[in-house]
Amino acid sequence: MPKRNEMQIQFLSQSVNEAFARVAISAFITQLDPTVEELYDIKMAVSEAVTNAIIHGYEDKEDGIVAIKCGYQDKVIDITIIDEGKGIKSVEEAMQPLYTTSLEEERAGLGFTVMQEMMDEVEVCSHPGLGTTVKMKKSLEK
Amino acid sequence: MEFYMLDSTLVVALMGEIDHHTCVAIRQAVDRNYQKKRAKNLLFDFEKVTFMDSSGIGMLMGRYRLAAIGGGRIGLYNVPKDIERILKMSNVCKLMKAYSNKQEALKELA
Repeated sequence: MPKRNEMQIQFLSQSVNEAFARVAISAFITQLDPTVEELYDIKMAVSEAVTNAIIHGYEDKEDGIVAIKCGYQDKVIDITIIDEGKGIKSVEEAMQPLYTTSLEEERAGLGFTVMQEMMDEVEVCSHPGLGTTVKMKKSLEK
Repeated sequence: MEFYMLDSTLVVALMGEIDHHTCVAIRQAVDRNYQKKRAKNLLFDFEKVTFMDSSGIGMLMGRYRLAAIGGGRIGLYNVPKDIERILKMSNVCKLMKAYSNKQEALKELA
């Protein structure tokens, strides 16, 4: 019998919710009995995407909505992080390692690089003024 | 988070999760202690760190700059394997070395 499940959460764009997002996703993914490393990878990727939504999407405004949809089919996990913030002008440019728009705030510019490293697939869809959607996929080991 | 001086090196024992949210307090506390204690080098103990994302890399790069302005250097030790990965990915290891223990770190930084 194939295992299939889905969940959704949404929360305000406050940095304190970065830890909440990691814990919530971990609790859901634990149903699949992942390895410690796999769980860590997923937490990292979610943390980067949610941080991007808060800092860049909503520019630290604390009343935006960040939504996370997460589902799995057997051992394949899909995670989508959605914000309705200002969007990214050039996704291609933003995904370059070390690219950052916030120079004064000590950002490493590694968010997308980490997501790509931790997950099997990362797809970013963004429209200036409408927001950004990051879709990530990862297959757990057999 | 705990701070103590060993010669001219400020040792910072970090704790828990390092992300964009917790970096704010870490940055403030480290900078304040570095100035107040007139430290030269900065040494971060990662033993009790359970998670770090790329925000932590930004924080470390900023502290590297702080120490460089003070004529000092920065080092790390007790780095867990998961965190070593993001350090390698970011190339931040070109600016600061991860030592295997405190004695080695202090010897190298001195």
